[in-house]
Amino acid sequence: MSLSDDLYRETILDHYHHPRNHGAIEHPTAQVEGVNPLCGDELTLYLNVKDNKIEDVKLTAKGCSINTASGSMMSELLLGKSIEEANEIVDLFKRMMLDKNEEVELPDELEDLEALRGVKKYPVRIKCALLPWNTMLEGLGNTLKSPTT
Amino acid sequence: MTKLNVEQIRKDFPILKRQVEGKQLVYLDNAATSQKPKVVIDALTEYYEGYNANIHRGIHTLAEEATDAYESVRETVRAFIDAEHTHEIIFTSGTTEAINLVANSWGNANILPGDEIVLTAMEHHSNLIPWQRLATERSAKLVFIPITEDGQLDMAEAKKLITDKTKIVAVTQMSNVFGTINPVKELAQLAHARGAVILVDGAQGVPHVKTSVRDLDVDFLAFSMHKMLGPTGVGILYGKTELLNAMPPFQSGGHMITTVSREKASWAELPWKFEAGTRNIADVIASGKAIEYLSALGMENVREHEIEITKYALEKLSELGDITIFGPKDATLRGGVIAFNVDAIHAHDIGQICADAAIAVRAGHHCCQPLMRDLNVMGTARASFYIYNTKEEVDLLFEALKEADKVLGHVAVR
Repeated sequence: MSLSDDLYRETILDHYHHPRNHGAIEHPTAQVEGVNPLCGDELTLYLNVKDNKIEDVKLTAKGCSINTASGSMMSELLLGKSIEEANEIVDLFKRMMLDKNEEVELPDELEDLEALRGVKKYPVRIKCALLPWNTMLEGLGNTLKSPTT
Repeated sequence: MTKLNVEQIRKDFPILKRQVEGKQLVYLDNAATSQKPKVVIDALTEYYEGYNANIHRGIHTLAEEATDAYESVRETVRAFIDAEHTHEIIFTSGTTEAINLVANSWGNANILPGDEIVLTAMEHHSNLIPWQRLATERSAKLVFIPITEDGQLDMAEAKKLITDKTKIVAVTQMSNVFGTINPVKELAQLAHARGAVILVDGAQGVPHVKTSVRDLDVDFLAFSMHKMLGPTGVGILYGKTELLNAMPPFQSGGHMITTVSREKASWAELPWKFEAGTRNIADVIASGKAIEYLSALGMENVREHEIEITKYALEKLSELGDITIFGPKDATLRGGVIAFNVDAIHAHDIGQICADAAIAVRAGHHCCQPLMRDLNVMGTARASFYIYNTKEEVDLLFEALKEADKVLGHVAVR
């Protein structure tokens, strides 16, 4: 039997079986819930932002493999980035996932995310891949609004 | 051995020849919608190419042919569910519209503040939301018959919950998650003993189990043709004459009137009082062919085939150590609907891996969100069988699930 090789390629399976930055932050500077009502995916994103830098990020996710893996990859890539850098990466990833003409290219440091490009073949699951990222946008937005950071 | 000639039946369904990315389609999503035999598909073309006309309007030949064909399906349906009169058969757009019709028309005329509407914990949203809205509008109360561990109705509780306050009991004939076939006849007796009426959601039951509204003594029965070999867009509402006669129209407009002045109108007789506007003529006509097809097979034989394949599937799938199967373990207590989870794998991942093997199963909450919360799951995968499914197809499903378990099961962190 051929599994959907595109979809469950090794990188995704690795992040799914061993999600990075899994868990909670006790006193986060931002905490956001993300829900995909269509499939019931739920995740909680915790951020610790100091001096405009993401010092810590944690996720607890109850979702499918795509959702879990996407969140794990995101946390790994955004840890230590400035809010501006993080916003740029989120924006680039979202454009890659939503662009129909395959024109969005990723720089080398984001090459892990290439694994998620295969999800585009399954339109209903693009939302699963995007949920952590949209939740992150909300978290970054909240952080900017908060006076304590 | 089952009396259905499955090999012969499969030849009647053009879609079953379909390949999905080079693999033979295995269609196990029949609880969502069934496939259609060629006779049903042909009936649509024959109507549109041969006698397309509006019904009950013109006096030209085509209009008469179309009217005859449409009205003759009413008799076909009557005979199929053993109703007393053809005028007790109302064509709707589906089960959902049929239930909404009763909740609106009967509900607004009969439900008063403080009245109770008895449902079950296993209802599809289509037999839940209309009653929620009615209860809110009329300040009535919803009461839910709970379910037992293995997905059957708790009848001891049902006896306590159906009381003199109960105005209607609305219950599914067969659960679209557990496959449980509910004791509708007993529930009808309980309802009637308290002066209440009973509505049965037959969307899952009627396609698979021989159903006699007179034997069950139900007041309303709603079901959809697309789950029983017919086209989408046709549902049936059966109602007892005296109830339907006492009910105001649901929708109003053309065709459902006798005389109209600028200020008022009088309603047409049954069944047309409930069939406002131009109905789904082509699909109703094709629905007649679907019922004839099932009747020729014999519903007892359909049931026998499904018990056999369900029994086989329950045994085979249980060989996967990591599987959780919901609902009764005894195939004779359930229809051919099996909801399951493999390890802690998300239902969408199971659905995807099955899809890659050209196996169509459903994954998600099955329009039963409250029930999913009761079961403490986000969703489940679901395989559902019909007359054309084979044990070989169950084996293919088994292989796909084994693969899913291997690739995605046994996750360390959650």
